[in-house]
Amino acid sequence: MAAGVIWSSIGTMALIGLVLGLGLTYASRRLAVERDPRVDQIEQLLPGANCGACGYAGCRQMAEEMAAGRAPAAACVAGGSATAAAIAEILGVEAGEVQERVAVLLCGGGAREASRRSRYLGVQDCLAAQLVAGGPKACAYGCLGYGTCVRACPFGAIRLNDDALPEIDRHKCTGCGKCAEACPRHLIVLADRASQVFVACSSQARGAEVRKVCTVGCIGCQLCVRECPQGAITVENNLARIDQERCTRCGSCLSRCPTHCLVAVTELTPCQPAEGVVDWKQAAQSGG
Amino acid sequence: MLWPLPGRGRIRGGVHPPEHKELTAALPIEEAPLPRRVILPLSQHVGAPARPVVKVGEEVRAGQVVAEAAEAPVSVPVHASIAGRVAAIAPFPHPAGRELPAIVIEGNGEDRWVEEAPPRDPERLSPEEIRRLAKEAGLVGLGGAAFPTHIKLSPPSTKPIDTVILNGCECEPYLTCDHRLMLEETEAILDGLVAIMKAVGAARAWVAVEDNKPDAIARLREAVRGKEGVAVAVLPSRYPQGAEKQLIAALTGRQVPSGGLPMDVGVLVQNVGTAAALSAAIRRGRPLVQRVITVTGRGVRRPRNLRVRLGTPVRDLIEFCGGFAEAPARVVLGGPMMGVAVADLGVPVIKGTSGILVLTEEELPAVRNVACIRCGRCVRACPMGLLPLYLGRAAEHRRWDEAEAYHALDCIECGSCSYVCPGERPLVQYIRQAKTEILARRAKGKKG
Repeated sequence: MAAGVIWSSIGTMALIGLVLGLGLTYASRRLAVERDPRVDQIEQLLPGANCGACGYAGCRQMAEEMAAGRAPAAACVAGGSATAAAIAEILGVEAGEVQERVAVLLCGGGAREASRRSRYLGVQDCLAAQLVAGGPKACAYGCLGYGTCVRACPFGAIRLNDDALPEIDRHKCTGCGKCAEACPRHLIVLADRASQVFVACSSQARGAEVRKVCTVGCIGCQLCVRECPQGAITVENNLARIDQERCTRCGSCLSRCPTHCLVAVTELTPCQPAEGVVDWKQAAQSGG
Repeated sequence: MLWPLPGRGRIRGGVHPPEHKELTAALPIEEAPLPRRVILPLSQHVGAPARPVVKVGEEVRAGQVVAEAAEAPVSVPVHASIAGRVAAIAPFPHPAGRELPAIVIEGNGEDRWVEEAPPRDPERLSPEEIRRLAKEAGLVGLGGAAFPTHIKLSPPSTKPIDTVILNGCECEPYLTCDHRLMLEETEAILDGLVAIMKAVGAARAWVAVEDNKPDAIARLREAVRGKEGVAVAVLPSRYPQGAEKQLIAALTGRQVPSGGLPMDVGVLVQNVGTAAALSAAIRRGRPLVQRVITVTGRGVRRPRNLRVRLGTPVRDLIEFCGGFAEAPARVVLGGPMMGVAVADLGVPVIKGTSGILVLTEEELPAVRNVACIRCGRCVRACPMGLLPLYLGRAAEHRRWDEAEAYHALDCIECGSCSYVCPGERPLVQYIRQAKTEILARRAKGKKG
């Protein structure tokens, strides 16, 4: 009697399994979604951070758009040229130029260099601090140092150093621009990866006022303008600006700047200078 | 005249912090000395900044227009508050936190005014003339928000106003300037109220006062006797009773829709100080160049109620009040709940400044910002019926869509939630941050 129950159960289960299995097989054939196999391949190549720098909702959507030919193979800013070349190979098209960019902080006034005008006890976030009477920093343009950019970076390329300034790791930075978008004072810009000399100050205040609040601010003294052999530097609104297309990265301006706000990014980043890159610190010390 | 209140007679939620009004409630309004120098920001009101019409070096008299209203509809002129010479037109510290363009006048020690306009009777003016006079006088709401009065007095014909509420609640702790004004200038306030009612064509008005000012209530009740359609409404003391939407609901039972204005429910709310200033503008042609403020707090030696010229630096007024009593920890413009701390004592008193509060270390609120335990006290306290705990959480984790879905934009930033939070979470700050992000996203027209 017991054996009969066991056999009949097994039989019933087998029958149900067979029926459902056939049903599923039929459904998978009949209702199969046509999928471009290249989408998966492309997605594999992408960074997968869903950073949104390309303008699509995420890596998957962009891969679909690329496979459909609606987005160029070089659309992924974060992936860079190598990724673009690999994707172009899958799609069988020309890779096109990927302008590799990197985030640069245009402020050098950290906790030690720039003074504060008030004590701030609220939410530790730059936008929140900015909304409380314009922030605790005496300089109305400088970095607030609460790390909103650090939290915005999908690649973990930014950290706050002991001077409460964000440090951007050029090796990890993909130039997606999330940090630039998050900074309430718009102090982070995306620069061509090749450019290296920057004015690490965004203050448009007059020189005397800058001196009062920060030791490394641009005072608009024009010394760099006269020094630059390429004429690549101009001073507008009390702030020096470098035309990166003209700059030959000779470094002669660095030693002339009285407040040392002209910097070469290799000094700011913790990573080692790549091959063939001038060691700016040495160049500055030896007088350019 | 008496009639029953259609509303509940009290606000929903809210808190009742220690009032500290005893410091100045019994002190009559004093004239502050004429400042040597005034800083008149071009932006003292909500809307487009005024445009300077004087040049550096020019001699001006008190009451003279130094900056005219911008072409944009929401703007008002700025008048010289002392006689003297225009010393500079440049960015100067502003109560909002950063430097903004301002006209600086160095006083010549004389109190010379421009010719007074002929006296006018509000009863005989047309609504249009009342609005024009309000605009020419540079009038804005003196309760703190500084919204141009002539705009509030011009409701579109599709939204008729039947009720005016004169706001004398002064629910912020410490402040007593409105209280003193109601006692000392009762007639001017009611005179301004009549002009406001005339301008919008309202038949009925309430003067709303909290029950912690019995002398003002008695004085007002006496004064409204015989005035058609005007009554005094006494409300139990509760913060934020003086908030526009809350006050309307408490008195009329009408709810201002989300994102809407009081005119959507046929109500206009004006501060008692604004009414008194409107009366002065009509009767004497006096522009808005002075206002009553309360200088108070344990950190100042002799707290006072002062009538000050606009543009007077905060430092001068603290000095006039005996200077700092003990190490001041924070100087706040406005009340302790919604006021803003200043980083520079050189900032001037502007049209929307209701008080200068000098707090000592002990009076400062603590901010620990520990994890939320979902006790729900903030939900009970929120006068808008929001869920501050979820709003705070969404903003903390930068989930702006979630904050928007929880109606962050309806928050009036009264601070009741932060006040009651046992975890001392800076909820209002989180919500303000969320509001800024949400509005920035909307402006960009981008979905995040």
